[in-house]
Parts: sequence; C-alpha cells; structure tokens
Amino acid sequence: MTITLILFLSFIAITLGITGWASRRSGSSASYFAANRQISAWQNGVAVAGDYMSAASFLGIAGLIAFFGYDGFMYSVGFLVAYLTVLLVVAEPLRNIGKYTMADVLAYRLHPRPVRAMASLSTLVVSTIYMIAQMVGAGALVALLLKGSGIGYQTAVVGVGILMIVYVVFGGMIATTWVQIIKAILLMAGTILLSTIVLAHYGFSLSAFFNDVAQVHYHTADGKEVVKDFFTPGLRYKPPYGALDLLSLGMALIFGTAGLPHILVRFYTVPDARTARYSVVWAIGLIGCFYILTTFLGFGAATIVGRDFIVKNGGNNMSAPLLAQALGGSVFFAFICAIAFATILAVVAGLTISASTSFAHDVWTNIVRQGHEHDAGEERRVARIAAFVVGAVAIGIAILLGPTANVAFLVGLAFAVAASANLPVILFSIFWKRFNTGGAVAGLAVGLLGAIVLISLGPAIMAVDPPTVLGAARHLIQRPAIFPLENPGIISIPLGFLAAILGTLLTARDPEAEEKFTELEVRANTGLGSEKAVAH
Amino acid sequence: MGASNTPSSAENSGWDRIANSGDFRKLLAAKKAFVVPATIFFIVYYFALPVLVGYAPGLMQKKILGPLNVAYLFALSQFAVVFIITYLYVRAARKFDAASARLLSEFTTAGKEN
Repeated sequence: MTITLILFLSFIAITLGITGWASRRSGSSASYFAANRQISAWQNGVAVAGDYMSAASFLGIAGLIAFFGYDGFMYSVGFLVAYLTVLLVVAEPLRNIGKYTMADVLAYRLHPRPVRAMASLSTLVVSTIYMIAQMVGAGALVALLLKGSGIGYQTAVVGVGILMIVYVVFGGMIATTWVQIIKAILLMAGTILLSTIVLAHYGFSLSAFFNDVAQVHYHTADGKEVVKDFFTPGLRYKPPYGALDLLSLGMALIFGTAGLPHILVRFYTVPDARTARYSVVWAIGLIGCFYILTTFLGFGAATIVGRDFIVKNGGNNMSAPLLAQALGGSVFFAFICAIAFATILAVVAGLTISASTSFAHDVWTNIVRQGHEHDAGEERRVARIAAFVVGAVAIGIAILLGPTANVAFLVGLAFAVAASANLPVILFSIFWKRFNTGGAVAGLAVGLLGAIVLISLGPAIMAVDPPTVLGAARHLIQRPAIFPLENPGIISIPLGFLAAILGTLLTARDPEAEEKFTELEVRANTGLGSEKAVAH
Repeated sequence: MGASNTPSSAENSGWDRIANSGDFRKLLAAKKAFVVPATIFFIVYYFALPVLVGYAPGLMQKKILGPLNVAYLFALSQFAVVFIITYLYVRAARKFDAASARLLSEFTTAGKEN
C-alpha cells in the first residue's frame, strides 16, 4: 500500500510540474484551447489513446472478460473498429473546418446560435455523464486500493476532482495533452508487462493458455460449481434480447466514438489535416495493441485468479489489479493500481477541457457575446470558471451517488448520445448540401432525448431488485423495464438520423447554407482557410 | 464563426473557382471512390460479428484451431481488418494530399506554403 501511495504521489508531482510549465505557455486562446495547434502526429495519437482508454476500458473490459469471457471481448473489438469512422470520415474535415469545438463544424454554414446552443448542450451532457461514471469509479477504486490509509471514497473523489480542475484551469490543452501522453505510455507499459507475465505463467505456450480459457471453473451465485468455455459467446448477453443488445452496443461504439466531443477536440491541436490523419493512425496502433492484449488481461484473470476470488476481493473491476498481484506480488499490484489512477485522471481532464471549452467558446463567446470577446482573454477566463464549475458539479454528484452507485450504464449512455445526436449532424454538415438549421436542431434534440429516454426506460434504470440489494446499488425505478435493451443505440441512432433528415426536409431551404457548402467542401478537402498553427 | 482566416476577399470567389475546377471534382471523386466502399466494407464486416454471434451460435462455436472457435478468430480478424484498411487509406491519402497541394498552388498565392 505504501508503494501504491508513493507511485500515486510521483504521478501527481510529475503532472503538476507539467501543468506549471504549461501554464506559462497558455497565454493565448489558441494555446489554451488548442495547444497552439503544434502537437505532432505521434504526440496527438498517443494523447488520443490516453484520452480514450478510460477506466472502463482498462479495468472494466478486463473485468467483463474475466467474468463473461467472449462477450466482454466484443467491447474490445467495437472500441477499436470505431476508429475507422474517425479516420475515414470525421478527423480530417473536422480539423479543416473547425476551430475549438464540435459545434464549429455545424455553425460554419448554419445559423450559429441555435445550432451552437444545442451542440453545446449535447457536449455538456456527454462530458458530464461520462465524467460522473469515471469519478464514481475512481473514488471506489482509490478507496479500495488505499484501504486502511484513512483515505475514503469522498476524499478520493475530491482529490481526483481537484487535480483535474488544476490541470485544466492552469495548464489548459497543453497540460491536458501531456497528462494523456504520460498516462497512455504508462498504460501500454503496464498492459504489455502484465500480458507478458501471463504468457510466462503458461511457459510462453499460447495453446496451454487457450486450453485453460476453454475450461474455466467457478461457482455461480447459488453455489454450484460450473466449467465454462470462455471463448463461447452468450455468457452475458442471453436470449431473448441478448443478440439485439449486442448489436445495439456495437452501433453505439462504432458510431459514437466519432461523436465524442473530448476525442474530436484533440484534432484541433495538430497543425493540419494530414497530421490529424497520422495521429489517428498512431492512435489505432496503440489502441489496437491494447485491446488485443485484453485477451491476456481478461482471460488471464479468469484462468489464473479465478472469478470466485475476484468476487470476494472487490468485484470484477479489480480483475486486472488482482491478476497483477497474483503474478507479480504487491509491487506489481501497486504499479497497476497507479496506472489505473493515472488512466482516470487523464480521461477526466480531457472531459473537463472539452466541456469548459464548449461552454466558453459556443455558449459565452458565440451566443451571449455574438461572436466577439468583450476584452482580450475573456474566452479563456470564462473557460477556466466553467472548468471549475463542471469539476465541482461532478465532484458533488459523485459524492451524492456514493461508491456503490450503479453507474456503469453512464458510459454506454455517453456513447449512445454521441452516436445518436452528434454523429448524424456532423456527417450531414460535411456531406449534405441541403442540410439546414432545422435539421441540425432536430437531429441533436431527438438523438439526445431518444438515448436518454430509452436508457431510462431500460434495465439499467428500471428493474425489481431483491431486498438484499441496498441503497444506491438499487435500481432507480423498482418496476420491470419497459424497454428491454440495455443499449438504446439500435433505436436512438436511426431516430437521430431520421430527425436530422426530416427536420431538414420539412423546413424551408436555406440558400445561404447551401451556397456556403461550396466553401465548406473546398475547405474540408484542401485545408484552404483552415486554422493555422501558431508560431512561438 | 469558424472562418476566421478565410482567403482574402479577392479569393472568396476563388472558393467557387476551385469548387468548379475539374481537378477539384476529380479529387472529390477519388476520395469518394476509396472512402465509400471502405466504409461500407468495414461496417458490414463489423456487424457480421454480433449478428452471427447472436443468430448463428452453432456456427460461431465450431472449434477450428484447437480450443479456438469461429467467434474468437472472427473477432481477432476484425483487428487485422482495421490495420489493413488504415494502411490502405494512408497510402491512398498520399495521392489526395498531392492533388490538393497542386490545386492550392494553382488557385491561391498562399498555396505554396502547403
């Protein structure tokens, strides 16, 4: 435990040092919001990976595979394939068209105020719910790891919240980028090391390992011993709705990633579209390696540690750290725990900066101030205040919910909103000349509401718990679910597209928007007129 | 709004001139010829996985390489598909970059910087 604490503190010290260094370089809007657009391809690629691979990936997927085998691995596949949408369709046009936020792309040729208002709302909703999921996870994790040190859930949540606020308020995008880069390097190092040790445990024989995965022993909740082939699908997603749920999840993952505001804003930090493309290539390389290795983390935890032991020692989110403990002792356990902590911090920092930038740039400067700062530096000042408020709200909600709150569905909700509300309007802005303001507002509103309503009517919120489930772990509404799927994407994504199409066709044509499409098309494809990197 | 450093006003009509030029239309067509089929392919290939897992469990559970079944090997193949499409796109995009650089130097004075 002391080692864990030392590693935590060294990570905090290094990142605060970087924040201090970055704060002296954040004296302009371009530097504060977009790191002067001077981040290189490899740096941004590693930072995208660091921004993306959340605790839900590292701890969550390892845990899902350790408990449910193949069905957990389906997440790994979806999280990676998602980057083809980013690479082929979104990253380069976005970099060429926009300035600081996702809404820039929509406002380029549509009526800026309604479009920015809706896009900013969607950005804030996605970022906040994702952040709350991370904060509750972080609090529970840190409290568990440092059990006995006097650091409880609340202290941990407040600590994580203050750190992310400090990174973002003082260090802006430059500090956020480097926190994400360091985290991604640590995460990859830890994952490769852990995977190697799993293989070493099997004498570097893949077939010995795979044979073990095909016969995993554990006890079910009612005490029966069972042997399962963990390569067999269906341990988690069961009939009658399992197959649809899996499909629905897949849709949210591969269409949602390209609509996640905190990922999209990373492409504004590079000098041009070509660098944006190469940074996606770097990200795909890293993220791909990571998710392939979840085979060893997840299945390894199932075969070496065993589901029974994990259930008794912190639950499925602890699978990867417990695997490290079983194979490498307490030092390695501490190292993996510190990585999990760094992972959460880097992701929440990315979420905070994208939410606060959207508030400052979209809501304040472009809606309230109608496009002009009152005085130089106003936008940055507002962003810093917004970062503080967003952070404080997330801390407050995470403490209110408590460590046992059932928040895993929030990550799924964030992806579903991103896929249903954000992606359709981004695509139509870039590729559909006739698209207009009515379509953008309708698409964003219906996609956002559709995902939230369907999740609320689904089994994540509505279920009848046995009386043994207590407090915040109980489902919010104690009735059978009205909507049978955990993942709303299969309905809400088509709804978002449909609303954007109907909203466009049922409202008057916008000749100005259509005329500006020519400009947008040239700009998106050639980079002519795009935001340039700032020289030192 | 977005366009804070658009080309000078003289170049504003330049947007149209570029947009209507044969070279620009060719660039768009070339991009479309790669991106549309690649996107359709990866979406179909990806969704084949959950669809087959959900609706053809018998086929997916067939062991074909020791303990490894179709489902797991199919999932692994998704990684390979992502890497291959990424490689092919980067290769194709080099030609797009060259074409757009030519366009810019032809139509704008600033083009040479690119």
